[in-house]
Amino acid sequence: MAALTEEQTMLKDQAKAWVSEQAPVAAFRKVRDSGVAACFAAETWAGMVDLGWTGILVPEVYGGSGMGYLTMGILLEETGRHLTASPLVASALVGATALLQGGSDAQKSAWLPKVVDGSAILTLAVDEGPKHAPESVALRAERAGSGYRLTGTKTFVLEGGAATLLVVAARTAGKPGETAGITLFLVPADARGVTRTALRTSDCRGYANIAFDGVEVGADAVLGTVDGGWAVLEATLDRARAGIAAEMLGTAAEAFDMTLNYLKTRVQFGQVIGSFQALGHRAAELFTEMELARSCVEGALQSIDANAKDVAQMCSLAKCKAGAFLFNMSNQLIQIHGGIGMTDEYDAGFYLKRARAVEAIYGGQAYHRNRYAILHGF
Amino acid sequence: MAEARDQLDTFRAEARAWLEQNFPKSLVGRAGEYMVVEGDVRIEGDALAWRQRLGEKGWGTPTWPREYGGGGLTQLEARVLQEEMAAVGAFNPIPMLAGMGVTMVGPTILEYGTEDQKQRHLPGIARGEVRWCLGYSEPNAGSDLASLATKAEDKGDYWEINGQKIWTSGADISDWCGALVRTDSKVAKRDGISFVMLTMHQPGVRTRPIKLISGASPFCETFFDNARAEKTDLLGKLNDGWTVGKRLLQHERASQTGGNPAGGGRAEPLQDMAKRYVGTDDEGRLADPDLRVRLANHLMSAKAHGLTLSRIAAEARGKQQVTAAASILKNSATSVAQTRSELTLEIMGHQGVGWDGDEFSGEEIQTVRTWLFGKAMSIYGGSYEVQNNIISKNILGLPETTQKG
Repeated sequence: MAALTEEQTMLKDQAKAWVSEQAPVAAFRKVRDSGVAACFAAETWAGMVDLGWTGILVPEVYGGSGMGYLTMGILLEETGRHLTASPLVASALVGATALLQGGSDAQKSAWLPKVVDGSAILTLAVDEGPKHAPESVALRAERAGSGYRLTGTKTFVLEGGAATLLVVAARTAGKPGETAGITLFLVPADARGVTRTALRTSDCRGYANIAFDGVEVGADAVLGTVDGGWAVLEATLDRARAGIAAEMLGTAAEAFDMTLNYLKTRVQFGQVIGSFQALGHRAAELFTEMELARSCVEGALQSIDANAKDVAQMCSLAKCKAGAFLFNMSNQLIQIHGGIGMTDEYDAGFYLKRARAVEAIYGGQAYHRNRYAILHGF
Repeated sequence: MAEARDQLDTFRAEARAWLEQNFPKSLVGRAGEYMVVEGDVRIEGDALAWRQRLGEKGWGTPTWPREYGGGGLTQLEARVLQEEMAAVGAFNPIPMLAGMGVTMVGPTILEYGTEDQKQRHLPGIARGEVRWCLGYSEPNAGSDLASLATKAEDKGDYWEINGQKIWTSGADISDWCGALVRTDSKVAKRDGISFVMLTMHQPGVRTRPIKLISGASPFCETFFDNARAEKTDLLGKLNDGWTVGKRLLQHERASQTGGNPAGGGRAEPLQDMAKRYVGTDDEGRLADPDLRVRLANHLMSAKAHGLTLSRIAAEARGKQQVTAAASILKNSATSVAQTRSELTLEIMGHQGVGWDGDEFSGEEIQTVRTWLFGKAMSIYGGSYEVQNNIISKNILGLPETTQKG
């Protein structure tokens, strides 16, 4: 762990206790089995709001605590450990960030307090195909009277079903593939012409595809500047990447702990299997990889808080390294547990399914390796 | 906090002024000549004067206590000193000149040595005048170090040493040796080992350099034939050498965690070298997309390693700690450095297999030598596998592996 402040340490302990009591994997399983479309329990979400987690990034003047991204990461690591389902990432991390990065005073005053008290759930609608490709935005926003008319489709919108306000990346100029000509809009999820289709995925999380069929919004719906949305979008995505990387680190760390515990208790050939060097070394290598990934995730969050110049590189690094470790760890979780890991009754499978789903959010390893290379001039 | 920062600023000004007065400008940019890992570098002229001034000030071993020739600085001050030295192109040749003295033997003497041993041995190391080597491995005791057989016989006021050591770095140019020897062969193998210090300038000690695949000979075989170690030069308790020796290895590991595994700060970035050899496409991307991916991966791993070094230092909050985490860092540093060498070789293509001759640039030949010698990184100081044993047992708490020993 990074050297934490007293406040951060308290929050971490509180989060650890709360999540394991109120929102453990057993609760995740219950939600999955219940078939709730939103994929989270209302009381879990209400609990997080009560704890003030939705206001971690929001300045005090808008009702939050303004504690910053490392603190947010600490919480997300704990929710990640237990696969806790909630709109915390979509709304309190990504939605709040978009408003903070691009919102006018009026927009921030209107929406940030609602993010904090949970009465609004925000999410970012950016991708339009199977792969994360923010510059490929094609959804059109045409002038219509004093406002705009949006037409197109967004895919895999995180918490797209539960969200009440969508931050939509639309094209107002140029063509897909160009970063110029993108504009961000705040669109109420219940606006006329918005059709949401909940996605049933191997993971249980509230993804939705969202169709916009001539959805009309006013000029005041523009977040940031017209045609110049890319900078806000990229800054928002980077913060989203670092945050989701913290969640991934937590998921992988729990998978590691489960595996380590199994290595110490499962007996075969008359001894615990952790005494076999092949497995001891595998555990050592996974642990080393985890420590390295942790440094990247915490480094990215600290870099954001410090408003450093290398935020983009650090966030790609964090998402890539957390992704690589979670990929490897989720496979080893199943492999080392053997047959029991293959059963639905055991939790291991949930971690494997979550691992692949989060890998694709906000860019997978390949996306971020490529971006890292570009940022390094090759 | 503010007060501490003020103190640090005061120290920074002091260090800057002292360097301004004492570091010979003629040595700027010549660190490479004096910081080589192997070989008996002759120190003369300005370099000699610089070593003497640095040694007198104690800043060659900045955090050692002043009474033993150190600088008495805190970790933070030492870091400031390092920054100030880098800023004016100064360098510290003393750790190299002292062989294993500064990085390993010294810290272990500070921890386990008697007052007399500290007084006798530390100042010479701190001045960079006395070079140390380590007698650990033997032909039949490599990773299984505890099987070592070099014998020390009690001769009343001294120990008589007989046996053979191998992979003794710089033994042929060292003045003193710290050696693990067997002082009791009737007990379990780890319980009969002692750590003794002996001078290399005696008839009973003979060394023979070993030529490596890289062409260099940084290691020796060292033969003890009725060699003599004084009773006053037993480090730690009798038969407690395994503890002392393991502690020293932690210091060694800490010194091998690679502050900058991606290469010296002034070296050309690997991606620029790659573009030079391989070329770019219309968008300025490396023309070989396969290499490009692996290069990006490597840069990320190097960055992750650097971040981990800083994180572990920050968590220790300025205290110098040598912990089991060193095993993680050593393995990570090793894999980053070895991957870097492999990628460099690949980038150079045919030019990356040159041995000597005018058809190859100095950089190309150096790359080959570095690549070859780099294979030792995952073997020395406790192999990659030994570090994994340490991680699984000491950090993760997994049971002792089923191998014997």
